[in-house]
Amino acid sequence: MSSWDNRNKRLPAVTMAAALIVMGAALPSRAASPADDAANAAEAAALAKTAPVMPAESDRVNHYGYGTVPTAAQIAGWAIDIRPDGRGLPDGSGTVEHGADVYAQQCAGCHGTFGEGEGRYPKLASDSKLTGDQPTKAVGNYWPYATTLWDYINRAMPFPAPHSLSANDVYAITAYILNLNNVVPDSFVADRNSLPKVVMPNRHGFSLRDPRPDTAATECMTHCLPAADVKITSTAEGKDLTPRTSGPLDAMAPK
Amino acid sequence: MAEGSRAETQREQARLPVQAPGRRTLVKTGLAMLGGALLGASSGRAARAGEGAGPFPPADPDWSQSVGPGVVDRPYGHPSHFVKDVIRRNVPWLTATQESSVSFSPLQNQEGIITANGLFFERYHAGRPTVDPAEHRLLIHGMVDRPLLLTMDDIRRFPSVSRIHFIECPANGGMEWRAAQLNSLQFTHGMLGCAEWTGVPLSTLLAETGIKKGASWVLAEGADGAHMDRSLPLEKCLDDCLVVYGQNGEALRPEQGFPLRLIVPGWQGNVNIKWLRRLELGDQPWFTREETAQYTELMPDGKARAFTWLIYAKSVITFPCPERPARGPGLYEIRGFAWSGKGRIAHVDVSFDGGVNWTRARLQEPVLPKALTRFTAEWRWDGKPALLQSRAVDETGFVQPTIAELRKLRGVNGIYNNNSIQTWQVKPDGSVFDVELG
Repeated sequence: MSSWDNRNKRLPAVTMAAALIVMGAALPSRAASPADDAANAAEAAALAKTAPVMPAESDRVNHYGYGTVPTAAQIAGWAIDIRPDGRGLPDGSGTVEHGADVYAQQCAGCHGTFGEGEGRYPKLASDSKLTGDQPTKAVGNYWPYATTLWDYINRAMPFPAPHSLSANDVYAITAYILNLNNVVPDSFVADRNSLPKVVMPNRHGFSLRDPRPDTAATECMTHCLPAADVKITSTAEGKDLTPRTSGPLDAMAPK
Repeated sequence: MAEGSRAETQREQARLPVQAPGRRTLVKTGLAMLGGALLGASSGRAARAGEGAGPFPPADPDWSQSVGPGVVDRPYGHPSHFVKDVIRRNVPWLTATQESSVSFSPLQNQEGIITANGLFFERYHAGRPTVDPAEHRLLIHGMVDRPLLLTMDDIRRFPSVSRIHFIECPANGGMEWRAAQLNSLQFTHGMLGCAEWTGVPLSTLLAETGIKKGASWVLAEGADGAHMDRSLPLEKCLDDCLVVYGQNGEALRPEQGFPLRLIVPGWQGNVNIKWLRRLELGDQPWFTREETAQYTELMPDGKARAFTWLIYAKSVITFPCPERPARGPGLYEIRGFAWSGKGRIAHVDVSFDGGVNWTRARLQEPVLPKALTRFTAEWRWDGKPALLQSRAVDETGFVQPTIAELRKLRGVNGIYNNNSIQTWQVKPDGSVFDVELG
């Protein structure tokens, strides 16, 4: 069994320390010198996409020897991941103004002109607080990294034609959505250097350490609570929410 | 009466409906059309009332006096049409589209710990892609000594293992945080399935590529339109993760990632990347959209929990349940499933009075780590109102909590990781309702 599975029980100190080192390593240093880090990230990204990855034949010690060694171009074509330090961001740039145009064509149909979300499609813009009853979780008030926005738009959007936008258009839409959320000014230009430096409002809103088990239920077997305390506080009976579970599929209208 | 003549009489009675077509045949046909649900649900008394009017003893039914379709009538078999209602179902009001959505397995009809491949729940982020296995590739790169590009044929050549594991979406029960909402086992617990998965340990593939010093995270990515991706600790990947192509004795179903998916035993469903095409090793997590904007749990103080991958111990009674009510006082076998991402289920207790008193249930073999485990318990129902619950305890000693305790600790905005005790209210007429207790 993995110590990750048990890190709060059996191996808390070692594993969590390692995890925090791993998670924290890049983050404070980036905060300390974002410009240097961005430059490093750009350099690393450039290296990752141009350096030959073919090892010398004598270095190959594959036991089974199945498969082939991918070319740098093959890796570059599929390695679309962008890290918070900017590693992976390509050349190109986009303005808020251009982003408004592309967004209107590609995004507004589902997400609304101002990121308000049509129907049940995700809202993109909000600065509301994250407490209270059913808070909205949008880019401006929830997402911790602007780089993640670029990554996600690039890999998964627009929904009917994912991974079809140019790098410049992705930069532009990213700039526009950040601007909709009042995270960047109208003059913002998104590129591989500027995006990692954007400090999102909810940057520190996440705990990366799973605090579970946070419950304290016990194996009580008899008289575990007074029978009088057993009260039904809610029931699904009578609520018009459950699709039918026999016959053909239910097509009940959205609530 | 001699033995031979008694047998002859029986045969004659058995043939009676066939020899006297007309009304009897119509009745028989009508019953057949009503289907197995009616037959299966009939009490002994009802069946006896039907004697002489249907295909019951002493009559010999049509299907016993005819020849059925031959072999390869169905080159790929499918369930009897009498169970056509046992299907995956969705909640149409839940999501904006069908392509970024979820369907639920009919757990109320799951017989045993293995979920039928055609009934395994679906979760798509960009619909179900059609991936040609001949053109599918798995790329392993990043902080490895030797990047590797593998075809499906390559992957199938590696030493293989088979393991039985559950997969549960962490949003299972997510609609029940505020209150009991859905009156259905299928919809409260159906983002759950268990299968035998066959493939290659990820550790085998990473031994083949080598791992660079300092690597500690793995990005797994799918070939679907969402290019669905999650960061996983390298340690978990080397522990028990599998790259699989087999599901319950056949190729993975497209719904479950054909031709290749990742299995991350005991961890939330979405990290078990389907249509797996890329593994990248790195020294920090990627903070993808699916591990920041999604699959994070908002707490009452406005902070969110991220990387809560593990499925903690959980259980649910599958009979009786809203879809399968009780039918009058008498002796019942309570049935259900328990599971834990931490390992084996140690035991399950059931309560008939809303958690005041508990009785130890029987665990049915096999009891496997990170797999569904079946439990049963005897219940002599007196016909009075009852509140049925089950409570799982896993081998680490973790005890399944109540929804009241979870709400107190985590509020109601978390969406994910609701592993609370389910309460079924049984009314005197046997009907069953999803309720929550204070």
